[in-house]
Amino acid sequence: MTEALVVEGLSKSFGRHEVLRGIDLTVAEHEVVALIGASGSGKSTLLRCINLLEPIDAGRIFLGGEELTRRHDVNVVRRRIGIVFQAFNLFPHMSVLRNVTLAPRDVLGLSKREAEERAKALLDRFGLAEKSDEYPDRLSGGQQQRVAIVRALAMQPELMLFDEVTSALDPELVSEVLAVIGELAAGGMTMVIATHEMSFARDIADQVCFLDEGRILEQGPPLEIFSAPREPRTQQFLQRIIEAKRL
Amino acid sequence: MAGEGDRRADLEVERRSRLLDGLRSGGDGRRSVVIALVSTFVFFGVVFFAITNAPGWPQVRSQFFNWQEFKSSMPEIARAFLLNVKIFTIAEVFILIFALFLAVLRSLPGPVFFPLRALAIVYTDLFRGIPTILVIAMLGFGAPALGLSYVPRSVVFWGIVSLVLIYSAYVSEVYRSGIESIHPSQEAAARSLGLSRWQTLRRVILPQAVRRVVPPLLNDFIGLQKDTALVGTLGAVEAFQQSQIDTNATFNFTAYLCAAILFVAITIPLARFTDWLILRDRRRRQAGGATL
Repeated sequence: MTEALVVEGLSKSFGRHEVLRGIDLTVAEHEVVALIGASGSGKSTLLRCINLLEPIDAGRIFLGGEELTRRHDVNVVRRRIGIVFQAFNLFPHMSVLRNVTLAPRDVLGLSKREAEERAKALLDRFGLAEKSDEYPDRLSGGQQQRVAIVRALAMQPELMLFDEVTSALDPELVSEVLAVIGELAAGGMTMVIATHEMSFARDIADQVCFLDEGRILEQGPPLEIFSAPREPRTQQFLQRIIEAKRL
Repeated sequence: MAGEGDRRADLEVERRSRLLDGLRSGGDGRRSVVIALVSTFVFFGVVFFAITNAPGWPQVRSQFFNWQEFKSSMPEIARAFLLNVKIFTIAEVFILIFALFLAVLRSLPGPVFFPLRALAIVYTDLFRGIPTILVIAMLGFGAPALGLSYVPRSVVFWGIVSLVLIYSAYVSEVYRSGIESIHPSQEAAARSLGLSRWQTLRRVILPQAVRRVVPPLLNDFIGLQKDTALVGTLGAVEAFQQSQIDTNATFNFTAYLCAAILFVAITIPLARFTDWLILRDRRRRQAGGATL
């Protein structure tokens, strides 16, 4: 097994509030890791730290064996890691096609034609071909989120991070986005997914990590975590999820 | 996604921006129109009566509203007004560029850029604090007096420079408010794709920020158009200076009225254009429906 991502002793505070307290995480190539846990447990912050969107206080991060936390050019790191946010964050003043081609052209230096070919192939693959000239505000939430995924994929990242990408969606739009992520998993994409969709995590993940107060309290294959959690906190969390009929 | 509530709020905001809306929402439309008309006539009738019956009115009328004087001074003042148009047209171009530069300086993050940020802050504080007429006087009289061969001596040139210096301070604040109104998640999204800080600013932040501040920007330009009259204090014969020449010659103030009409004639279309832009922007958003 080749390690795609290694996180060692990652800590992060916002002021006096410790959000991450020594996270260790290893993700193998082609592996899908789901991060679960209550809001505020540090899932989003962990993803933002991996992408160096947040400066970290302590710890090391390796991508494909190379230490990211020692590199000075964060822009080079970020083009190797794709991230998709809860609120889509598409650029509202650009068409869908321009959203997707912006970074390949400006960062990777692709020609307009190359970037558009790449974008159109991806949009086509995820059923968005006829939306390429639309502006984000005219799309449904599910379509916007799929465009955001395509935008990240257009950089051909080694690793994809998903930060509660279905939390802002109406319930009937969740499945179209999850289907896209499922397809990426089937295609062998290495992914770390923070999610509240437990049944999705159970179906798609190779490993599930339960985060609690900035620590990975329990980690294992989904069957183990969801059927036989060892830690009382994990049991409590899953119990509440089941009571809310979300599993 | 944006719910019904947002859209309802948008419609309410649009309703408030319409001058005549009280007429429409009254339920009985025709009755409200009649009431509005009657009250308007009564109001202006009373004001008109009070003014025209004032003891000094015949005097004021011949001093300020003299048709003969109006006809004889208007052409010259209109010609002088072309200088005002020239001044603000040139000034606006430079203000747009210089103010954007200042605003970008001021939004540079991190301790390294502290000196540049501080410089931009001092600049805007200074030039917003000094009365326009003082800057114009100091530069307009001071700079040519240096007698340097490579310093232009034209007062119009120094008038334009003064206006650019002052209005850039205001306009840079407008730009800055636009930049700060763009949600940080936009920057996060751009940076996460590997765009540099500069690329993010140029491709993602500024295009959205500038679009948002068009209305307040035009508002500042209306102020600028009026302030071109201050260049007249340096002796440049623009509309205000010309009307002063006329009043001094005839002891009749109707020339001022000519200049006032000319200024209003160009600011009103700009004001209406600004309103139209705001409305169009809002409509476009609503047509799009979801705004997040």
